[in-house]
Amino acid sequence: MESLDRGRRATGLGLAALALAGGLTACSGSSGGGDGDTASAGASQAAAGGGTYTIWDPYPQFDDSSDWVKLLTQCGTQAGVTVKRTGYDTTDLTNKALLAAQQGNSPDVLIVDNPVVSTLAEAGVLTSTDETKIDTSAVSPNLLAAGQIGGKTYGIPIGANTLALYYNKEVLKKAGVEADGIKDWASLTAALEKVKAAGKKGITFSAIGTEEGSFQFLPWFWGSGANLTKLDSPQGVAALSLWADWVKKGYAPNSVINNTQTTSWQEFATGDFAFGENGTWQLANAKKAGFDYGIIPIPAKDGGTAPAPTGGEFVTIPAQKDAARYATTQKLVTCLASTDNSLNTTTTLSYIAPTEAVQAKQVEQNPELKVWVEAVKAAKGRTSDNLGTKYPKISEPMWKAMQAALSGSQPPQEALTAAQGTAASATQ
Amino acid sequence: MRAGPRSKPARTSPSRGRQTKESMKHATQTPAAPTADDGREPAPAGAAGGALRRIVRRPGQRAPGKSAPGKSAAGQWTAWAFLAPVVIYLLAFYAYPLYRNVDLSLRNYTVRSFVQGDAPFTGLANYAKAVGDATFGPALWHTVVFTLVSLAFQFTIGLALAVFFTRHFRLSATLRALFLVPWLLPLIVSSSTWSWMLNSDSGVVNAVLHAFGIGPVNWLTSPDWSLWSVTIANIWIGIPFNLVVLYSGLQAIPSHIHEAAALDGASGWQRFWRVTFPLLRPVSAITLLLGLVYTLKVFDIIWIMTKGGPSDASTTLATWSYRLGFGNLLPSFGPGAAVGNLLIVIALVSGLVYIRVQRRQALA
Repeated sequence: MESLDRGRRATGLGLAALALAGGLTACSGSSGGGDGDTASAGASQAAAGGGTYTIWDPYPQFDDSSDWVKLLTQCGTQAGVTVKRTGYDTTDLTNKALLAAQQGNSPDVLIVDNPVVSTLAEAGVLTSTDETKIDTSAVSPNLLAAGQIGGKTYGIPIGANTLALYYNKEVLKKAGVEADGIKDWASLTAALEKVKAAGKKGITFSAIGTEEGSFQFLPWFWGSGANLTKLDSPQGVAALSLWADWVKKGYAPNSVINNTQTTSWQEFATGDFAFGENGTWQLANAKKAGFDYGIIPIPAKDGGTAPAPTGGEFVTIPAQKDAARYATTQKLVTCLASTDNSLNTTTTLSYIAPTEAVQAKQVEQNPELKVWVEAVKAAKGRTSDNLGTKYPKISEPMWKAMQAALSGSQPPQEALTAAQGTAASATQ
Repeated sequence: MRAGPRSKPARTSPSRGRQTKESMKHATQTPAAPTADDGREPAPAGAAGGALRRIVRRPGQRAPGKSAPGKSAAGQWTAWAFLAPVVIYLLAFYAYPLYRNVDLSLRNYTVRSFVQGDAPFTGLANYAKAVGDATFGPALWHTVVFTLVSLAFQFTIGLALAVFFTRHFRLSATLRALFLVPWLLPLIVSSSTWSWMLNSDSGVVNAVLHAFGIGPVNWLTSPDWSLWSVTIANIWIGIPFNLVVLYSGLQAIPSHIHEAAALDGASGWQRFWRVTFPLLRPVSAITLLLGLVYTLKVFDIIWIMTKGGPSDASTTLATWSYRLGFGNLLPSFGPGAAVGNLLIVIALVSGLVYIRVQRRQALA
């Protein structure tokens, strides 16, 4: 019995040893990957010449047969190099990029969510567009601002998306509400009241306790005229009170406190809701929803379009030990951002283009995008106004205040005063 | 413990000498009688000393002359070779990450210094910051409530089911297997299912409550209920583990003890409290200890169901640590690591206290 046991134990140890050895080889394989792969790929691609350039993006949904990856390959061929692309989950990518920079094996091109650009730039991971000679002159200034700190630009937007209000035409018709008549907060709240009286549900949004919640709250916060540097201004309190009152009066369901933008969309897609606050990326799903829908921009408090936060990624060039690589990388990035390719890319990603020229072409192809183009023009980067890495320290107290007010544990004024205290001490 | 190895060779080698002499008489009596030995204990050098040196010698040193030491050195090498994988494994996957985590918690990391690797050493500043944070008190309290309530219910229900399944009836094995399903499901599946069931407007739980005329409860979105909701989900997920371990513990209790108790006129209730429960104590102890360690660090269920919200009402130390490190656009690794280490210390201390209490009870 004992010897049998011992035999088993030895086998176990042997297995552990094997696993360890396997792990080590795997590690050395990947850490040496930078040079080794370049060498081998370079040999096989002798005709093309230039070696292998790595690209990381947050679009794991696209595989090698997708238009996106085909475009990357094509840009590589034009620049005379082989492109090795890896798609990561977007929440994963920031930490992956930081770790890679720590280990000194950053990718040549990194495509990241726009509020992350300033964080990575401050960490010294990214090169500025002056260094790498990327031309950003055609890009709309309000979109470029998310990637600027201290007068320098750290990337070029690949496309933008933002938020607007989807509405269900049938529900509004039953309630006797004209979508065109919604111009400010008062007319929107009046519409919600009518919808509720007609036995339907008013509006759904996402107020979850993460960055997603802040993203959805910002159009209302900015639309009231409030500024992120002072969360508890009367305007800020007015914005939070608007949401809290909607939940209290039942115009918005209680579930918004836990809704992600996806779950919020699922609620809207049931067909019971009059309005849903959501982004450009849901357009394809809206067509499948099985009811007539329309889109209006999010109204500001006293009329006009509220500035919504910009979503979408920046193409950035992480710092490399070998500065000679930048010349080729610059060709790759310029190719991705060129007018012709931009139209393809933004269509593939369901984004609005970052330049006016391409925006005009998009609307020409698909008039439905007009409202989105206008929303993007009014939009504002979260890290703009030179907030940079201060933004995350403000955003977290803000979403906490939002949750406290919506769940009824604190009145809006009190919640925002506490949040302002936390934000002020964190950003000092 | 030094005395052990020293006295042993001293005892065996003289006995070996005697064994050759007296082998005819005492063929079966290998170890010498202690009385005979005690007199020879201080016996100088000679055979005893050689044996002692041979056994204490490190594998690198070579013993002079004899063939036996050579053999044992090779044996030692083999032993080390077998030991090496697990030692390397422990160092690479336990000691080093733990060291890194402690190091991380003692430095002031910003994203810049994380990349450059030049974060200044700040001693316990991250710990002071974590403990002084307004989130710390509530998070600690939520951790305690979540753990204790989960353990109490998981254990009680698990034990009740285990006792139930000791009676054999038709389909009992099938039914028992069905009870294991929560354990087999990936946590993301069970947590998502719970969060759908507990949805305020469209969840099945509120629909049932509504049928009984009870108004909608905001399970996940009210600060009064969210901690209870995640605890309930965690209890459900933890029952199978308790059931399985306690059931096998019950199998190990000989049935004749129950029969004897029954013959002596003990009622079913008495048999449980006076016979089953005390005999199950060692198994209960390990179940609760493992449950304690598992429950303290539960993260996924809470993160999927409430993200620790609304406004931190269901934040435990585990979810807080994650949020500090990864849940924000700007990671603060130092405080995140500090909270993580505090959690390790809490698990360690409560584990030790628990074992000590158990041992004292067992002695009493």
